[in-house]
Amino acid sequence: MINSDKPTEQNDLPVIKVRGLVNRFGTHVVHENLDLTLERGEILGVVGGSGTGKSVLLRSIVGLKRPNDGMIEVLGTTLNELNEAQRSQIERRFGVLFQRGALFSSLNLQENIALPLIEHARLPREDAEHLARVKLSLVGLPPQAALQFPESLSGGMVKRAALARALALDPDILFLDEPTAGLDPIGAAAFDQLLVTLRDALGFSVFLVTHDLDTLYAACDRVAVLSQKRVLVVDTIDKVADTDDEWIQDYFHGPRGRAAQRAHTAFSNNANVQE
Amino acid sequence: MPSEWIARDDQTVTLKGEWTLANYRLIKAALQQSETQTEPGKPTDATVSLDAITRLDTAGAILIAELIGVEKAQAVADWAAELPKEQQALLVRIAEAMEAPLDVDPPSYSRISQALASVGQHMVGLWSQQRQLLAFIGLVVATLFHLTLRPRHWRLTATVAHIQQSGLNAVPIVALLTFMVGAVVAFLGATVLQDFGATIYTIDLVAFSFLREFGVLLAAILLAGRTASAFTAQIGAMKSNEEIDALQAQGLDPIELLVLPRVMAMLISLPMLAFVGMLSGLAGGAMVTSLSLDISLTQFMATLQKDVSVTHFLVGLSKAPVFAFVIAVIGCLEGFKVSGSAQSVGEHTTSSVVQSIFMVILIDAVAALFFMEMGW
Repeated sequence: MINSDKPTEQNDLPVIKVRGLVNRFGTHVVHENLDLTLERGEILGVVGGSGTGKSVLLRSIVGLKRPNDGMIEVLGTTLNELNEAQRSQIERRFGVLFQRGALFSSLNLQENIALPLIEHARLPREDAEHLARVKLSLVGLPPQAALQFPESLSGGMVKRAALARALALDPDILFLDEPTAGLDPIGAAAFDQLLVTLRDALGFSVFLVTHDLDTLYAACDRVAVLSQKRVLVVDTIDKVADTDDEWIQDYFHGPRGRAAQRAHTAFSNNANVQE
Repeated sequence: MPSEWIARDDQTVTLKGEWTLANYRLIKAALQQSETQTEPGKPTDATVSLDAITRLDTAGAILIAELIGVEKAQAVADWAAELPKEQQALLVRIAEAMEAPLDVDPPSYSRISQALASVGQHMVGLWSQQRQLLAFIGLVVATLFHLTLRPRHWRLTATVAHIQQSGLNAVPIVALLTFMVGAVVAFLGATVLQDFGATIYTIDLVAFSFLREFGVLLAAILLAGRTASAFTAQIGAMKSNEEIDALQAQGLDPIELLVLPRVMAMLISLPMLAFVGMLSGLAGGAMVTSLSLDISLTQFMATLQKDVSVTHFLVGLSKAPVFAFVIAVIGCLEGFKVSGSAQSVGEHTTSSVVQSIFMVILIDAVAALFFMEMGW
C-alpha cells in the first residue's frame, strides 16, 4: 500500500471501527447496538432495505449526526472525544459523495473541486484549478464541463463531478452514498471500474452505500447488510448471499440479484480464459 | 542542486521522497530550480528514474506526467517496472486523464466591447422583464376572471393561510412603524409651524400625509420587503425542486393553485394594513401634539373632523389594492423565474423586493399627480 505508511498509525488497524452505535429520532430507533468495521484499503458495500438507516450510519461516521450512544473510531481516534480543530484535521481525510451530488451551486465545477485544494492544501488558485481539471478528466468529464455550473449538468455528470470533489484531497476514506443511482448502466459500470482503479492506485478505503447489485459484485470486497437495526452480516458477497435470512434471500436471489450474479460469473470466467 | 524530491547527475533525473499534495508547491519549486525541463510545459528528454519515490498521490502523479510527458507516463510499465503496480496504475490513469486538452478558457474581449455588451444585456434584460411582467399580469387576470364563475376552484384555505401570514402577522410591525413616523412628522410640523404661530395645523399635516400617502405607502413598502420576498422564495424553492413541473405534469394550474391565493390574500391584507397604518400614524401624531404642543386629544379629534374630509381617506385607500396586486404579482413572477441554484433564489428574491418597492413608489407618484389634477 502506498498511502498507508503514516508513522502514527499501525497499518493493520481498521480505519473505521463502530461499536454499540445507537441512533434514535424521537422514539423511532434506527440503530440499536450496531457494530461495523472498515478495513484499510477495502471497498465495503453497505446494503439494506429503504429506511434501515444506511445514510444515517454514513452521516454518523462522517460526523454530520451525533449518535445517541456508542463509539465511533476513525483512523485510530475516537471522533466524539476530539475538539473542533482536531476534528477538522480528521475530516479533511474524508471524501464524501452525497446522494444528490451536493455540488456548490454558486461555483463552477473547476471551482467546486479547487475549493478544498485552496482551503486545506493551501495551493495557489492557478495550481488548484489545474489539478481540478485533471481530476475532472480523471472521472471522465469533458474539458468544457470545467466552466459549467452544476445546474446545467445532467445527473450522471453531477455524480462524476461530485466524485472528483470527494477525491480532491486524496482522502484516506471515501464515503459514497448511492453513487451509481441515476446513472445509465454504461456509466455505472465505468464508475465501478473507476472506483476499483483509483482504490488500487491510491489505496483509500471505501464506505459504499448502494442499492446497485452490479456494483456489489463488481467493486466491493465485502458486503454489510443492515437489517433489524444492526449489521446482520458482513462478509464476501458470495457468503452474504448464502445467509439464511428472508430479506437477504429476496435481495440477492430475486430476479435482479440473479441477473447480476450471472453477469458477474460470466465476466470472471471470461477473464480467466483470457489470462 | 540537491533537493528532497529530485536529484540529477549527467543524464539521469531521480525522483524521490513523498510526491503528494501536501508537498505540491515545494516539489513544483524544486522542479523549476532543477531545470530538468528545457522550457516550461514541455516534457524533459532526460532519463527519469522513479524508483526512490516512497509515496505518490494524484497530485504527485500529475507533476510526474507533466515532467516526462503523457505518452511516456502511459508506457510506464516498459521503463519503470520496479515501481509498485499500484503506482504504475495511478500514473497511467492520470496520464490518460491528461491526454484530453484541459484548457478551455472562455474567449476574452476588450474592455470596451465588454462594457457595451453589458449595457446591451441590461437593456434587453430590462425590456424582457417588463414584457414578462405584463404577460404575467395578463395571465393572472385572465385566470382570475376564469375562476370567478367557478367557486369550486377558489382556494379558500390557502388564501386564508396567506392572509394570516402576510396580513395578520404584519400588523404589529406596520402599526409600530407608522406610529413612529407619525410622531416624527408631527415633530417636524410642530417645529416648522411654530415660527408662524400655526402649530394647530400640525394636526392637518399629520392627517393629510397619513390618510393620503404615508399610511398606505409605508404598509406597501413593508409588505414589499416582507411578503414579496417570501413569495419569491417559496415559489422559487418549489421551482428548483421541480414541484411546479410536477403540478403542470398532473394537469394542475400553478397560477390557480399558487399565484391566485397569494394575490387574493394581498388584495385583502394590504387595504386592512393601510387602514391600520393610517390609524396608528394619526395616533403617533396625536401623542406628540398632546405631549409637546398642549393640544388635547379632544381638540385633535375635533380638528380632524372639521378640517379633513373623508375624500383623503378614500384617495389613500384606493391605492392599496393596486399596490397589493403589483407586489404579489412581482413576488410570484420572480419566483417562477428561479432556476436550479441556491444563488438564483437569492438573486430573484432581491430583485423582487427592489422591483416591487420601485413599482410602489412609481405608481404612488403617478397617482399623486393624477389626484392633484383631478382636485380630489
